[in-house]
Amino acid sequence: MGNVLVLAEQSHGKFPKTTLVAITAGLAAAGKNGGECHAALLGKGVEGLAAELAAHGVKKVLVVDDPALEHYVADAWSSALAQLAKDGGYSVVLGTATAVGKDLLPRVAVRLGAGYASDVTGIVDGNTYLRPMWAGNVIATVQLEGPAQVVSVRATAFDAAGTGAAGAVEKKSVSIDDAAKKTKFVDYAETKSDRPVLTEASIVVSGGRGLKSGENFTTYLEPLVDALGAAMGASRAAVDAGFVPNDLQIGQTGKVVAPTLYIAVGISGAIQHLAGMKDSKVIVSINKDEEAPIFQISDYGLVGDLFKEVPALTEEVKKLKGH
Amino acid sequence: MKILVTAKRVPDPNSAIKVKPDGTGIVTDGLKYVVNPFDENAIEEALKIKEKVSGTEVVLVSIGDKTAQEQLRTGLAMGGDRAILVLADGELDSLGVARVLQKIVETEKADLVLLGKQAIDDDSNAAGQMLAELLAWPQATFASKVELGGDQKSATVTREVDGGLETLSLPLPAVITADLRLNEPRYASLPGIMKARKKELKEIPVADLGVDVKPKLKVVKLQPPPARQGGRKVASVQELVEVLHSEAKVI
Repeated sequence: MGNVLVLAEQSHGKFPKTTLVAITAGLAAAGKNGGECHAALLGKGVEGLAAELAAHGVKKVLVVDDPALEHYVADAWSSALAQLAKDGGYSVVLGTATAVGKDLLPRVAVRLGAGYASDVTGIVDGNTYLRPMWAGNVIATVQLEGPAQVVSVRATAFDAAGTGAAGAVEKKSVSIDDAAKKTKFVDYAETKSDRPVLTEASIVVSGGRGLKSGENFTTYLEPLVDALGAAMGASRAAVDAGFVPNDLQIGQTGKVVAPTLYIAVGISGAIQHLAGMKDSKVIVSINKDEEAPIFQISDYGLVGDLFKEVPALTEEVKKLKGH
Repeated sequence: MKILVTAKRVPDPNSAIKVKPDGTGIVTDGLKYVVNPFDENAIEEALKIKEKVSGTEVVLVSIGDKTAQEQLRTGLAMGGDRAILVLADGELDSLGVARVLQKIVETEKADLVLLGKQAIDDDSNAAGQMLAELLAWPQATFASKVELGGDQKSATVTREVDGGLETLSLPLPAVITADLRLNEPRYASLPGIMKARKKELKEIPVADLGVDVKPKLKVVKLQPPPARQGGRKVASVQELVEVLHSEAKVI
């Protein structure tokens, strides 16, 4: 019997799309393993959130409420999640490849003596997965050996789970050694924005080095972003240059997005950037260099000066939307 | 203080990577190899600590065949003190890598291990975290800033996470994985390259470590990703909005 335990992250009392994606993947993995999909909710004062999680198609939610788990820290959470997995005899522990998932799940794999596959984009069977390698230039079919598996899934590869029959909620306690409580959370400087979350938005407008400055992001890009009700992203070059904060970076080692519409402005299209957006449904690029590699993967390309074209595009969008 | 840093040999990130027709690997003809870019950030950070804290030794580690000597010499040329090459045939998975590194860490009695957050070939983003768990050490991944405590017994690390920047405090010994903006890796100077030739590079066959490196993750086959259909150019923003609305129906 192969039951799956899904790590359910919550943020400010809500379950982000990345958690609902993990549930969908968990349900698929459970199906392939002939078992059930359960979810693990860890934290301090999170019991009240369990019912909402249980309403998203999992058979059971395990809740661990422990002061040591108030903030996410790898060592304490690894101890807690691994205990839940061992005590419950789960065959698979699964989470989304968020900053938390990537940080935590490899440690859990070690604790469980399990094989680990990261950034999985497809579940082929009970222990076979697809995952990108070489910045997405290669899709590998990989197999995990052994009775236990740990998997992180790419958020853009699965749909968000909807609500369904309500699962059960079970309170659990774990015992976390002092040896696993060495890390101290100090601070989280969260970028505040009224815009849609980058990894959840259906339209993303990204700026690259071509914008030339942070002020230009504000003056030229943001009006387009807001006219479209989009999220804003950026290339690594723009972040490195200090134009915008790090959490806007899209690419092999930044965020991977796959919105319905991706508009790349002043981005040349380095392999590493493409790795983060080439699964978008429709890709549009605006660049003054007609040889820019980004045009090769764009559905629609506009060769032109972005400082002229972007304001004009913003006006056309506003006209279309009747403003 | 002793810092262990990884220097993985990977294909140049700007290479065009192609899958062999039989799916058993990538085409390696003509590929240039470099130190994994994130490992370069890790090496740079180790060297910066060495410059600040007297008596620090920076030991580079790589796992692979003899060709990996090249990447270790690069790290030595940047300023590393000595290097260890664990000779291993065939692919190790992240757990195998972590187990090898654990043995080296324990033998060397390292105080700090710095690795790149991920290798740009397999993109696993796992070895550092697994090593930390095997050692029962705290970790700070995706580090964009590292500050050691005055007595080198702790570190305050700022990390790039999904929503912004997170700061953690950890006692040493610890594992820290480097992100891009941690620092600007230095180029090896000509004197550095000359000195590197005389620095110790020890080769250890993996069997001598007595570590179980049997992989739990096996790569069964490789294939190229689905190709995108070619697109077209539009002549104006008016045309662009028109096609996005009527043809693609995305706005």
